Amino acid sequence: MLSSTFRITPAKRMLAVSAALTIGALSLTACSDPSTAGSGSGSGAAGGPIGVSLIVKTTTNPYFVAMEDAAKTQAAKDGVKLTLAAGKKDGDATTQIQAIEDSISRGDKGILITPTDDTVNSAISKARKAGLLVIALDTAPNPADAVDITFATDNRAAGVAIGKYAAAKLDGKKAVIGMVDLFSNQVASVDYDRDQGFLAGLGIELNDKNKNGDEAQTGKYTGGKGGEYEIAGNQASNGDQADGRTAMETLLSKNPNINLVYAINEPAAYGAYQALQAAGKEKSAMIVTIDGGCTGVKEVNQGIFAATSQQYPSKMAQLGMDAIVKLAKTGEKPAVTAGLDFFNTGSKLVTDNAVAGLPSITSAEGAKVCWGK
Amino acid sequence: MTTANILGPESPAQTRQPVLQARNLVKTYGRVVGLDGVSLELYPGEVLAIIGDNGAGKSTLVKCLTGAEVPDQGEILLDGQTVRFRRPQDAHEAGIETVYQSLAVSPALDVASNLYLGRERRKAGILGSVFRMMDKKGMRKEAEEGLRNLGISTLQDVTVPVENLSGGQRQAVAVARAAAFGSKVVVLDEPTAALGVRESNQVLQLVRTLRERGIPVILISHNMPHVFEVADRIHIQRLGKCAGTITPQSHTMTEAVAIMTGARKVDEKGA
Amino acid sequence: MSHQTTEASPPAAQPDLAVEFLDRRTPVDRARQALHKYPALSPGIVIILAIIVFGLLNPRFFYANNLSLVSQQVAVVGTLAIAQTLVILTAGIDLSVGAIMVLASMVMAQLASHNGVPAPIALLLGLVVALAAGALNGILVTRLKLPPFIVTLGTLSIFIALTLLYSNSASVTGQDIPGLITGTGNTFKIGGVNFTYGVVMMLLLYIVMAFILNSTAWGRHVYTVGDDKEAARLSGIRVNRVLMSVYVAAGAIIAVGSWIQIGRADAASPNAGTDINLDTITAVVIGGTSLFGGRGNIWGSLLGALIVGVFRNGLALAGLDVLYQTLAVGVLIIVAVSVDQWIRKVRK
Repeated sequence: MLSSTFRITPAKRMLAVSAALTIGALSLTACSDPSTAGSGSGSGAAGGPIGVSLIVKTTTNPYFVAMEDAAKTQAAKDGVKLTLAAGKKDGDATTQIQAIEDSISRGDKGILITPTDDTVNSAISKARKAGLLVIALDTAPNPADAVDITFATDNRAAGVAIGKYAAAKLDGKKAVIGMVDLFSNQVASVDYDRDQGFLAGLGIELNDKNKNGDEAQTGKYTGGKGGEYEIAGNQASNGDQADGRTAMETLLSKNPNINLVYAINEPAAYGAYQALQAAGKEKSAMIVTIDGGCTGVKEVNQGIFAATSQQYPSKMAQLGMDAIVKLAKTGEKPAVTAGLDFFNTGSKLVTDNAVAGLPSITSAEGAKVCWGK
Repeated sequence: MTTANILGPESPAQTRQPVLQARNLVKTYGRVVGLDGVSLELYPGEVLAIIGDNGAGKSTLVKCLTGAEVPDQGEILLDGQTVRFRRPQDAHEAGIETVYQSLAVSPALDVASNLYLGRERRKAGILGSVFRMMDKKGMRKEAEEGLRNLGISTLQDVTVPVENLSGGQRQAVAVARAAAFGSKVVVLDEPTAALGVRESNQVLQLVRTLRERGIPVILISHNMPHVFEVADRIHIQRLGKCAGTITPQSHTMTEAVAIMTGARKVDEKGA
Repeated sequence: MSHQTTEASPPAAQPDLAVEFLDRRTPVDRARQALHKYPALSPGIVIILAIIVFGLLNPRFFYANNLSLVSQQVAVVGTLAIAQTLVILTAGIDLSVGAIMVLASMVMAQLASHNGVPAPIALLLGLVVALAAGALNGILVTRLKLPPFIVTLGTLSIFIALTLLYSNSASVTGQDIPGLITGTGNTFKIGGVNFTYGVVMMLLLYIVMAFILNSTAWGRHVYTVGDDKEAARLSGIRVNRVLMSVYVAAGAIIAVGSWIQIGRADAASPNAGTDINLDTITAVVIGGTSLFGGRGNIWGSLLGALIVGVFRNGLALAGLDVLYQTLAVGVLIIVAVSVDQWIRKVRK
């Protein structure tokens, strides 16, 4: 009577009781869990099919969809039970952490993940302790040894390639550069690897090579015939077309004479192109970018982008899946590419105006191996 | 908080000192004049009705007396002392209890909780002083007692949420709350407006009970028969001013309505 | 009081009893009656059914470590849902709970790791920041009289921006943070089952808040302010003071959430959890608290958070894509609110 009456008494008691019961149920109904034993191997392998989780950043990006598609195909081929998971948006570490934990609970043999940021590292280490093989795809965690191995594009090399290409095309002219980067609200290796790789390819002296925007804003570039350069600024695009357009518009307001645009990926690059087009400057500015999606390759063909570095997400997923299956069957672990701390799945420069001394493929060739639709 | 005045009846001592007095109250809302210099006296043990047309300033007058509005000018005296009410809480503390047209009850709370709303009592000892536990049992017991003393028989179970009560029962809760805590004055704003005949009679009976217990009542109503049934004196508001004060004996209902609408002036005041 | 009949009539005139007298109802009506009387029934039934079904789909669901996992996964949302429940009970809504949590967690982690502030003081300063953030919400709601939705929509952006400015958009990893702060993620065993200290803290907060809401005048005033603000004011309740205290209390609860979050992720990230506000609203709504204020129960919010956690985890273990989990949560919200509406019609 006395304890809780000002609304319907039994109701509250019921609520409290059922909440308590649920918590209780979580502990009482619990069976002992064989996967807790640190035997060094996941428990799902025994008997049933090998379980693998693919955890990507988002499913709104065709790049990751391509990765998922390749993984599904490969899983069907290898007889792997594949579970897909993804963050709700870029930077959603919470959902990735949950997916990793769920994967351990499910007794998967391995996890393929494109880690959203360092925040997922401790969940990854939990998974590895539980005996899962964790392979990073596309994006290496920081530190790189947080996972067993990374299958990724050498983003810096991809950046260097388009930088060198741009330098050669400038042919000694002054470069007024607009940098359409990825993030303003977090630091990601893909962001600075591509950005700084591009500038290094141009032959611009870097300051901290893992930090965007700290290089001298004017000076001389040494790539190609060499010449003066001026950086109009760095703007974040979130890898998104609409944000890419906004970023480029801002850059053009800062400096209307931009004649060279670097963009983190093709959607952002296309947004930048739209901004240039609206300003009537699409002919006078050269856009270089990285991705190699089928849309992007087509845009290279149409002359919208001068060049793009093509990467191979499907290959990452296939190789990753194979590595887990191989480990489950033979115990053999994959090895990194010599000289790198990850397995380089490679990238190729796609352009229809090749320059001498820089290996490249044409847009027609690129279209045959591109990802997405 | 004392419930002495409903538990132990005291004789209505008819002194000439008003319990509540308002002098020249003025209240404007932008360019609209709500009150234009209104005075009013309430004597111990009487039922004073306030009548008037829509927009005559009845509600504004009541709000000023009960702290829901602060008058621009004029003063209010309680037992001869000037008081300033900045919010309803001030008027409560001074002993003026109001039953608003909206009833000011919390539908989701039960009867007992509503009776003690805003002045919950804590348990004795460390449970109350440190853990701030409410004395629910005690409050419920006293709520039942208070209701019984007011002769409210339709509210036996004080643990029923108010939203499950009829209009008359809700009104009874609101009036009981005012009576239980109103050590000096109870103000009723249109208590019978939404009620049927039988329920109205119950409320009027409640008003008489309050008077019997020596609690002066201010009754605001549109309903002339109700007013003439229970009021000792009638204050007539017209266009923001007091058009006069009459008694049910000095004037007829028709005359009161005529004064209210301006068709007639008060030539002689009622006692 | 009417001397003719009512005095003699027995208390059977009470609506509750009258209902039982007129028991000519269909089983559906009776079910609805029961649900109305015991609002915990519907979330309670849902969670028990869900646990059974998911257990059948994949026996691993019942593994100790998985169930412990579910409790860990709901710890942060569950804690913030307490703050959200308080605000929603006053007929408000707090879109900034996640943003305040991230801001306070960055303050705690960064002060302790980069600025060498002792861990207890870093925690305290994080609490101060969260209290200030709650107070800002409260001031804007009570003084400027802006709708809570607008206020917290604005402060949501403000706090996100402040977090990014303060942290330079960089996350702080667990190794750099003192053990006291990440300790909420540490586990202890009861009968072979892992519990984290964060989960325990969440449960304690629920117990404390349930006591406050049920047994103190302040708790009752929180309900009344949300039920009928004007009635509360006229009853002498200082509405603004109650609202202000609710937002500040929400800040304090959120600060505990920040602490739990750091332990859970073993890191502090300026990007983690800024959209957790929607998850907390989901938990509160599924738990049966009315978005119009004045009605609801704090334990319902815990059940709501657990339901979402159990569904998410159960579907994941069943091997369903994350998109289906999102879909399921969406369906849950609609069903929960429809059932709630249906139950409420019982009296009319």
